[in-house]
Amino acid sequence: MKWRIPKLSFGDYGMIVALMGLCLLFSILTLNRQSGFGADAEDSLVEVTLERVPDGRFVLVVGADNTESGAFAENVFEKLVQLNRNDVELIVGSPRDLRLALDSLREKDGSLGAVLTSGDASKWLVLEQIERNYPEFSGFRLESPRERLWPDFLKASNLLAIVERIVVIAIIAIGMTMVIITGGIDLSVGSLIALSAVVGATVVKSMGGPDASGFAVALGFAAGIACCGSIGLIAGGLVSRFKVAAFIVTLGIMMMARGLAFMTTGGFSIDQVPDSFVWLAQGRLLGIPNTVILLILIYSIAHVFMTHTRYGRYIYAVGGNAEAARLAGVPIGLVIALVYTVSGLTAGLGGCLQASMVRAAAPNMANMYELYVIAAVVVGGTSLSGGSGRVFGTLIGAFIIAVIQNGMNLLGIKSYAQMFTLGCVIVLAVLLDKARQSGGFKALFLGR
Amino acid sequence: MRDIVKSFPGVKALKGVSLTLNTGEVLALIGENGAGKSTLMKTLGGIHQPDSGFIAIEDSQVNLNSPAASQAMGIALIHQEFSLAPNLSAADNIFLGKERGRFGLLDRKSEVAKADELFDLLGIRIDSQSPCSELTVAEQQSVEIARALSSDARIIVMDEPTAALSQQETQALMRIVRELRRKGIAIVYISHRLEEVFELANRVTVLRDGETVGECGIEETSKGQLIEWMVGRPLNEEFPERDAKIGSVCLTAENLSREGSVDGVSFQLRSGEVLGIAGLVGSGRTELARLLFGADRSDSGTIRLRGEAVDVGQPADAIGSGICLLTEDRKSQGLILIHSALENFGLPNLKEFGKGVFINHEAEQSAFRGYASSLKIKLSDPLQRVGNLSGGNQQKVVIAKWLQNSADVFIFDEPTRGIDVGAKYEIYLLINQLVGEGKSVILISSELPEVMGMSDRILVMKEGQVCGEIPEAKKATQESVMRMALGADN
Repeated sequence: MKWRIPKLSFGDYGMIVALMGLCLLFSILTLNRQSGFGADAEDSLVEVTLERVPDGRFVLVVGADNTESGAFAENVFEKLVQLNRNDVELIVGSPRDLRLALDSLREKDGSLGAVLTSGDASKWLVLEQIERNYPEFSGFRLESPRERLWPDFLKASNLLAIVERIVVIAIIAIGMTMVIITGGIDLSVGSLIALSAVVGATVVKSMGGPDASGFAVALGFAAGIACCGSIGLIAGGLVSRFKVAAFIVTLGIMMMARGLAFMTTGGFSIDQVPDSFVWLAQGRLLGIPNTVILLILIYSIAHVFMTHTRYGRYIYAVGGNAEAARLAGVPIGLVIALVYTVSGLTAGLGGCLQASMVRAAAPNMANMYELYVIAAVVVGGTSLSGGSGRVFGTLIGAFIIAVIQNGMNLLGIKSYAQMFTLGCVIVLAVLLDKARQSGGFKALFLGR
Repeated sequence: MRDIVKSFPGVKALKGVSLTLNTGEVLALIGENGAGKSTLMKTLGGIHQPDSGFIAIEDSQVNLNSPAASQAMGIALIHQEFSLAPNLSAADNIFLGKERGRFGLLDRKSEVAKADELFDLLGIRIDSQSPCSELTVAEQQSVEIARALSSDARIIVMDEPTAALSQQETQALMRIVRELRRKGIAIVYISHRLEEVFELANRVTVLRDGETVGECGIEETSKGQLIEWMVGRPLNEEFPERDAKIGSVCLTAENLSREGSVDGVSFQLRSGEVLGIAGLVGSGRTELARLLFGADRSDSGTIRLRGEAVDVGQPADAIGSGICLLTEDRKSQGLILIHSALENFGLPNLKEFGKGVFINHEAEQSAFRGYASSLKIKLSDPLQRVGNLSGGNQQKVVIAKWLQNSADVFIFDEPTRGIDVGAKYEIYLLINQLVGEGKSVILISSELPEVMGMSDRILVMKEGQVCGEIPEAKKATQESVMRMALGADN
């Protein structure tokens, strides 16, 4: 007989299938004509230019500001320059910039060989009017990469937006998952986000504000995280030592932390921060966005902690039956203090990320986030009665929420309807979980 | 009930069981755990519907498709775990769901009066207005019975009614059962305790593996035959012989006290010895065990292990010094029911499996596999929920976890409660094996024959104190132990 530990139960697969289904649904619904991007499209454009446009005639590479077409234009321009093509001009900006460039070319009596565009820039009206307004340029080529059918939902920029949208909630949901597995709850995390953010920003402000060093920023973030971690420790201590209901303790701390956040800044938000302040949430490491790296890293650590260490097992045991766990020698006081501390630490990190994302810290930020965090955990299949749950389930739960929000945004659904839908999803997820526990929907509805 | 067949996914729980119950008789329904007793009774209670077969009451076939339908036919089930609302009074519980009212308001007065009348009828004294959480287990059971009577039940099913009762309370319950029988009520009495069956039942039906294997009047059978029917093989002796050498003193308790439960208890326990602790429920037996294990803190007194004083402030300390407790209540204290057998086994032993804080799952599983085969734990998979195992197998999982912990002192509190005869015997063998290896055992049990049959020496407790010691357990009689426990000796 071969015994093994299955990493996923039926319910986990169910959740992954649900997430995949949502992604597929939104992909189909947001299918759209997209201008081609990417290295292949760039190369084909460069090739066409080199073959069809004689040397000596000008090539304008055009892209819109702050869009994929802008980045695309820059890449094409660099490739042409590298291939020793002369008389190439890069224009990244607005239609007006293109007109100015054409005017100056006319003044120089230059001859226009080709205009290379992509994406948004290829829809500019100026392009259609070149023939009429600049008759002397007739015979030039207007080239853009071939259009293709691709869902807005699956665009790289959109997928990254989903990650950015959910990263704070997803990271805090790790701490919340641990707390809920012990049979507790932590309502304070939303307020701790704000507290961590304003503490961090206050430290940065006092160390030079916009001129503060990267070290000051790191110190600020560390202070915010440490502050929330110690508040979590206090909450855990109150729950384990005095057996006060977690709901009440964390409700109190939720109010205290929000109050402290307002007191710290006197009610104002702080935006006197240096550029390095945004690196945490907006920067990249080796070309990968920091948020993605953080998400993968922290979830992997949490997964190993919960499934491969003694304390992970203790957390499940305390939630499964605290008395039986105590009688088996589990230090339940320590375990409870630990989970609330982790919850505080993750909320602190979430606060730093949130502040870094918006380049400011306000005492009223992240209102009601605790409910979204709890929703992610519950949708992820962790039972509020404690003793069971998985961190990767929570990650999927967080993404289900984010994908639904993002998809509805893309479809132009109003935010009120979004809120309604999200509420339905949460109730549905809990029903699904109950059905799984009682062996199918039929059993659930028959009450057996 | 004729030819009842009931299947659950993967198991055929009942393979055509028939059962006849006459008015005014007590029918004992016995069988090992998993034999199908509870399933059969749940069919009668309308909780399960049979796949085939039928149930007839007074010659007319009835369709019991819901618990309500079953109750309407005058059938009442009294489960092993009571279903009383702890904060409501006894009277409130009796009329729960069928409140008496006037003008849409509760008629408390009439409810209380009727409740008192029912209690009188049963010959028991309970304050019908005190909340159920303040009642003893036996009293709660009486409330359940009163509830059944209040709805004019003609058939009452009792599932292991004496499992949690002391000797004295059991006697009281038996009196109640006889009273019910006299009133013409038919009773199905499910029990593992054969003594009770012989004392109480008119007829007996034995189930094994979902089939009726024996059915006869109580006068026509013997204990040996019933056991043989239940386990499917002859059992020669109830308590196995052992050959253990009693060695030097292993554990000493000096003057252990905790306010309200244990009062100045001192004793010595030697290696290779089984020390029985007898006494009524509430005499401080369990509380003493909890002090030794650090589950509760003692107010005063010392515990010495091989002469050295140890401080057991919490269970972790006791475990560290080699004392383990197998609690009387497996389900709420011994096991985490929603977790797997493997996880329950591993919980106190995680430090041994792996390095630092990391767990070596392979080591944990192979250790468990070893115990599963040596203790004959029946499970399909170590990841099976322990809550789905039978009582005997659950107890073996608990034993396995402490064996792995290499404890020296094993405190068994009611080790065979709710466990069938075959598994009981295996647990006795295990106890013998433990002392054979030079470990020490404290055995607490409400079943006097068990304490007397298994122990070398017996301490009798009463009101938190040791009120007597019987140096040679084998020579004691039930009467002499009971007299001590009741304080009737001097």
